[in-house]
Amino acid sequence: MSARRFTFHRLWAMVLKEFIQMKRDRVTFGMMVGIPLMQLMLFGFAINSDPKHLPTAIRAADQGPFARTLVAALRTSGYFTLVKEASTEAEARQLLQLGEVQFVINIPEDFSRRLLRGEKPTVLIEADASDPSATGPAVSALRAIADHVFDRDLTGPLAPLRAKAGPVDFQLHAHYNPENITQYNVVPGLMGVVLTMTMVVITALAITRERERGTMENLLATPVRPFEVMVGKILPYIAVGYIQVTLILLAARFIFGVPMVGNLVLLYAVSLLFIAANLAVGITFSTLAKNQLQAVQMAFFFFLPSILLSGFMFPFRGMPEWAQWVGSVLPNTHFLRIVRGILLKGNGLAEITPELWPLLAFLVVAMTIGVKRYRQTLD
Amino acid sequence: MSGSDYAIDVTGVTKRFGDKTVVNAIDLRVRRGEIYGFLGPNGSGKTTFIRMLCGLLTPDAGTGTCLGYDVRAQQAEIKRHVGYMTQKFSYYEDLSIRENLDFIARLYDVPDRRAAVQHSLERLGLVNRSHQLAGELSGGWKQRVALAACLIHQPQLLLLDEPTAGVDPKARREFWDEIHRLAADGLTVLITTHYMDEAERCHRLAYLAYGNLLAHGTLVEVLASARLTTWTVTGPDLLALADSLRGRDGVEQVVAFGMTLHVSGRDAAKLDAAVAAVRSPRHEWRKTASSLEDVFIGLMDQAKDNFA
Ligand SMILES: Nc1ncnc2c1ncn2[C@@H]1O[C@H](COP(=O)(O)OP(=O)(O)O)[C@@H](O)[C@H]1O
Ligand SMILES: [Mg+2]
Repeated sequence: MSARRFTFHRLWAMVLKEFIQMKRDRVTFGMMVGIPLMQLMLFGFAINSDPKHLPTAIRAADQGPFARTLVAALRTSGYFTLVKEASTEAEARQLLQLGEVQFVINIPEDFSRRLLRGEKPTVLIEADASDPSATGPAVSALRAIADHVFDRDLTGPLAPLRAKAGPVDFQLHAHYNPENITQYNVVPGLMGVVLTMTMVVITALAITRERERGTMENLLATPVRPFEVMVGKILPYIAVGYIQVTLILLAARFIFGVPMVGNLVLLYAVSLLFIAANLAVGITFSTLAKNQLQAVQMAFFFFLPSILLSGFMFPFRGMPEWAQWVGSVLPNTHFLRIVRGILLKGNGLAEITPELWPLLAFLVVAMTIGVKRYRQTLD
Repeated sequence: MSGSDYAIDVTGVTKRFGDKTVVNAIDLRVRRGEIYGFLGPNGSGKTTFIRMLCGLLTPDAGTGTCLGYDVRAQQAEIKRHVGYMTQKFSYYEDLSIRENLDFIARLYDVPDRRAAVQHSLERLGLVNRSHQLAGELSGGWKQRVALAACLIHQPQLLLLDEPTAGVDPKARREFWDEIHRLAADGLTVLITTHYMDEAERCHRLAYLAYGNLLAHGTLVEVLASARLTTWTVTGPDLLALADSLRGRDGVEQVVAFGMTLHVSGRDAAKLDAAVAAVRSPRHEWRKTASSLEDVFIGLMDQAKDNFA
């Protein structure tokens, strides 16, 4: 019987109704445009911290004792955790691009030889600087390491090599955001934050409002199905989400001058998944909340970790493990990487795919809980 | 659909909220094409009972059918063929009349939707106001919109929960004329009300108090089953007279209706004796047929003693 199954005409009825209501509710609509602009101004400043254990790849052309000493020193500094060995430059590049490592340390072939000759060999450090607050402290630590790393090796006749300026030279090559401009990182990140805040709140209110105004009783008395109600309430707000995305991108480009290396069409396309995931969370809250106040509170409790643990406020890798674990469940964490990846690194679909799966999984789970929790009776 | 003569046929329907039994083992049969009146004081469980009929609440006990569909298992089918008008206006106040009707018509997948919406606007005299927001309408107009909306999918059963509360007398009368036209076309109507004149326009009645069905049947049956004798008194100082009557053996209820006093009791001989004791030429005493209101006040008083 069609009464029991999803039908497009009932979904369409919901969508049309929501659009009309949205059109009539000028205040809410104004807020959804106003909030992104306000937040852009508020978060123009970034917060720095001291992240450690950053994943690092090493590309050692020289495996001699001095090279090993250097690697050990990097490890004991606490800032670098060696996770990979790269054998070619292309491979190293790939690791940075995918975000699997924050740094690649290149030890040249003639490292030991030149060190012994007192020629101050150069070690090239490549950094993913798209998040400058993550790389900054580690880079400062490097300078200190350079001065004293070989104090114990260079003894006796080699002692004179411990020159004042240090026996090795570190050369930093910052990729993706060479000038370390914080806004480059914050402004794209803001897209996820703004969408999380407005999308979740707006749909969290959607069903509680129907319940509080008494219109729910009528809706329940019709043949409309839970899935139709929920999707019908989500679809119109996807349009609103896209308006916000556009506003932020325009501001990023023309107010903050953020470079946009990647494909904007790809960014718009994947935003759909993120917007839908947030709307699904909101609608799920709204099936759980008893009234509009509770719904807003729930939205707020979701918003806080989304802003604090996603890598927006603090560098993701600087957070304790449990926080990283919580963070990696949140859609904003993945969207942040996608946006920064596309805008700053020029990532394509292949590079961002690992971040799409968690978003999709989140969407499906949130939607399922929502549909299951939607009460079809007033019991 | 079953060929049953009954649009509603339920037995033992019970609903509890916490440890409070709000609807207590109610049996009810409503014939097709009948206008069935549901009366009872506020909080007696009328709304709760109607919600169980149309699948909005799940009964804690009881079985039965609504339009031949099982009230527990076939709620989706019931919803397609029932029009439910809620006690409180529950359409969208920020949508116009036409938009509200259009929305409901889409949800029911009404064939030839535009024509159906137009037709229902015309039938209930809403054409000139069709672009007005529902929230701006007065009680009487809201009631018409709600009726139009719950008729748009051509239901076989109408459940109307206090549709005429807060509606002026002229609009009430027009509303009832419409209900009778619909019933004449074969629609079954279950309607709750507090107005006695409306109760008298129903084919059958049921009286509910504290979740219990205390009386049901045609107007004549309900009146007869109460076996109440009533004296009507007019004259001066009715308040003092009422005080002296109350508490006398055989006097079960003394109710003031404007300039008259209704004195009733189930034991006619005892009541007559009590009346004889206080009767004086200052007042005009007449033995009258008990009204529906006398009967319901009596039922409510008994229910209070038994259940509350
Ligand atoms: N969802 C509910 N939860 C708890 N109590 C309820 C609920 N709905 C109704 N009640 C109670 O049930 C009783 C009957 O209510 P109702 O069916 O609305 O009566 P009526 O429509 O006859 O005025 C009232 O005491 C009311 O407070
Ligand atoms: Mg009621």
